[in-house]
Amino acid sequence: MALLEVRDLGISFGGLRAVDEVNIQIEKGALVGLIGPNGAGKTTVFNMLTGVYRPTDGAIRLDGENVVGKKPYEINKMGIARTFQNIRLFGRLSVLDNVMLGFHNDVTYSLPTSLSHLGSYRKKEKQMQAKAMEILKVFDLDGQCDYKAANLPYGKQRKLEIARALATEPKLLLLDEPAAGMNPNETAELMQTIEVVRKQFDVTVLLIEHDMKLVSGICEYLYVLNFGRLLAEGTPSAVLSDPEVITAYLGD
Amino acid sequence: MSMIKNLWKKRRDSVIAFGIVIVAYIAIQIMSMTGSLSYSMKGMLVPICAYIVMAVSLNLTVGILGELSLGHAGFMSVGAFTGIVVTTLLANIVPWDGLRLAIAMVVAAAAAAVVGVIVGVPVLRLSGDYLAIVTLAACEIIKSLVNVLYVGLDGKGLHISLIEQSFALEEGGKMIINGPIGVSGIDKISTFTAGCVLILVTLFVILNLINSRHGRAIMAVRDNKIAADSIGISTTRYKLLAFVISAAFAGMAGTLYAMNYSTVTAAKFDFNLSILVLVFVVLGGLGNIWGSVIAAALLTVLPELLRALNFSDYRMLIYAILLIALMLFNNSALKQRLLERKRAQKSAKTEGEVA
Amino acid sequence: MLNYLITGISLGSIYAIIALGYTMVYGIAKMLNFAHGDVIMVGGYMCFCATTYMNWPVPVGILLAMGVCTVLGIVIERLAYKPLRSAPSLAVLITAIGVSYFLQNAALLIWTSNPKSFSPIVGRGAVQLGELQITHVTLVTIGACFVIMVALTLFTSRTKLGTAMRAVSEDKGAAQLMGINVNTTISTAFAIGSALAAVAGVLLCSAYPMLVPTTGSMPGIKAFTAAVFGGIGSIPGAMLGGILLGIIETFCRAYISMELSDGIVFGVLILVLLVKPAGLLGKQTREKV
Repeated sequence: MALLEVRDLGISFGGLRAVDEVNIQIEKGALVGLIGPNGAGKTTVFNMLTGVYRPTDGAIRLDGENVVGKKPYEINKMGIARTFQNIRLFGRLSVLDNVMLGFHNDVTYSLPTSLSHLGSYRKKEKQMQAKAMEILKVFDLDGQCDYKAANLPYGKQRKLEIARALATEPKLLLLDEPAAGMNPNETAELMQTIEVVRKQFDVTVLLIEHDMKLVSGICEYLYVLNFGRLLAEGTPSAVLSDPEVITAYLGD
Repeated sequence: MSMIKNLWKKRRDSVIAFGIVIVAYIAIQIMSMTGSLSYSMKGMLVPICAYIVMAVSLNLTVGILGELSLGHAGFMSVGAFTGIVVTTLLANIVPWDGLRLAIAMVVAAAAAAVVGVIVGVPVLRLSGDYLAIVTLAACEIIKSLVNVLYVGLDGKGLHISLIEQSFALEEGGKMIINGPIGVSGIDKISTFTAGCVLILVTLFVILNLINSRHGRAIMAVRDNKIAADSIGISTTRYKLLAFVISAAFAGMAGTLYAMNYSTVTAAKFDFNLSILVLVFVVLGGLGNIWGSVIAAALLTVLPELLRALNFSDYRMLIYAILLIALMLFNNSALKQRLLERKRAQKSAKTEGEVA
Repeated sequence: MLNYLITGISLGSIYAIIALGYTMVYGIAKMLNFAHGDVIMVGGYMCFCATTYMNWPVPVGILLAMGVCTVLGIVIERLAYKPLRSAPSLAVLITAIGVSYFLQNAALLIWTSNPKSFSPIVGRGAVQLGELQITHVTLVTIGACFVIMVALTLFTSRTKLGTAMRAVSEDKGAAQLMGINVNTTISTAFAIGSALAAVAGVLLCSAYPMLVPTTGSMPGIKAFTAAVFGGIGSIPGAMLGGILLGIIETFCRAYISMELSDGIVFGVLILVLLVKPAGLLGKQTREKV
């Protein structure tokens, strides 16, 4: 059974059909790309997978469990984590706090403990900090753990978002244009980190990019979206030589 | 290792701060014993404590949760009238005033928390200015309801009715809440000591909350709701949590406040009071708990000081002008420049130390 | 029954006029102007002084009130709000509260807290329509409200300045790039809002002839509620919200309880916002993810 199964997914906003009849299957451990020109509906697909939008039709299953109709925080608990195209960090909290929040449902203690700091408070806080620092090290952010997230440079903010998402220990990680706004060096480095992370944290990755060259480097399988419909799918080399895909990108 | 240092620093800071409250308490006690405290100042001690608790608890909603509430006085009202009923009921059962007040506060906190849930569940679905205006509306609704509430006590027990007094008390019975006339003949059992204890408890609980997983989740909701949702934090749950805890402390402040006067009416807890407390919170700094304490104390004393300085006719006018001037200064280019200069001096100093 | 309806519409018209001013200011400056209610009070006192102390005719009194309030509105905006245009909205809110305290206490010093009894701007007479009795004040109030709404609608849709105002309320930055003078537009909104507040003040004091320094604050809050109720930023919304609010309040006072009427009015507001979070005629916006 595939980890993620998307069947005939579609959504309409008013009269506009933004996404229509999209089918996606992702096996456990895969690194898959979702590509397509601007406005093709890639982020809308992510929003449906994570419960931000409720699809008008179709089914989404994670490990055989239904996802449609669940609230975003419930879907995260089921095992889907994501990053955002326009970075969404907890800007006024520290870098460390941002990642510790990822462990919110993993390392827990009760409200009375929170209010009194008695009982397991210190033990659990230390445990959470240690786990968070471990992830920060992978992204080379441990040196800046007490910075305010909003004060980090842009590239590091993107990394921090991925670190935070990983802290929720997801089965499936959705990355929305992780390399947007980065220079080629940073991009190459990030792609390497994604590879490392995928092995180390045993996580399946679906990522959005519209730079096809970049994606073909690391993705094993690609889905191409155009005007809300799937245009093509397959291995990067097959997809990128597909004349229809080329037209979609370059125009007629 | 810096994070462990941080933990220590936080702990040290709060020990110092709690120390300041205790020192202030002792200083004021000595002043009042030696008679160097004016009569009107003495009368303000308990209200100041109540305002401090109000400001700190409102800061939880406005500063930490980041939602503007204009209805905090409503919860204070619930706490005040609950506290009055409870102390009356316990008048003959619990002879020691301090304990009676403490029990009343706990019940008041519970009542205010329940009202907090009733108000919060629908209202917290809105945000921004809409939330503000709806909390204001909730506060006015509470005021209207208390205004038509009749509660009496006699040998048969407690009688409660709305809109009209639909019960007759038997001989020796006592009317506790009498509709728009409110409550009179309150047993004034609030003391400055009780007020300071309540402040310390409030600070302890709210500062602990802020430095815990629940507090972090609340601040995550403030900084970015969609991101909080995306990492498994239920935004509605944590919004409600902050709102209800905030309401509970307002309830306790209400009991403290009410038991300091011989008469109390519902009209006292209107939106003007909510706004007064909001002013304390904003001037003290959003999310800055100690700022709330200081602002509440100073701004309550300020009009009295102006009165003492023979400005009594103009004191509220001066207060208003100071308020506007302070807000303008806080957001002015002048302040930015001063801050920058200070920062530059500081960094020059640390560089010097390194060299 | 019908009499109550007329009273309700009349009260609602006053709310509507204040709400129109609120909506103009909120739509453009995006701020809860808590001092708006106190401008109403200043308008009331101005007219009172002109007609009682100076024995000037009523229309002159109204014009004086409008003039003074317009200037007051512009001055308040320039001195207190303009420097805070890029500040957090809470800072502006607190400043507005400061202005409100200032106006109330200044009025307290000038006119003391003794209530002034206001002589109505039109005769106490009434028109008899069968069972129905409509006072002249009511007629004037409803008429004024209607005229103001039509004028405002024409102003915002037909004139250049009105279009500029709509542009600024949509997007301040873009409007500025299009060569619109944002400061002038915002000042205009305050000027119009304050002039309307003056009219509302005179009408309010004619219908309920008691004038104290805090006269304006509760109607101010209720009118804001009305504006939110109808959908803030929308002119017909403010009108609809104001009149509905007036009717609900009057009926509650008559049939349920005097004390409870405010509570019920606010309760209806909460219900409406829960069903339609942007108000009856407001536009819903959604955060882009």
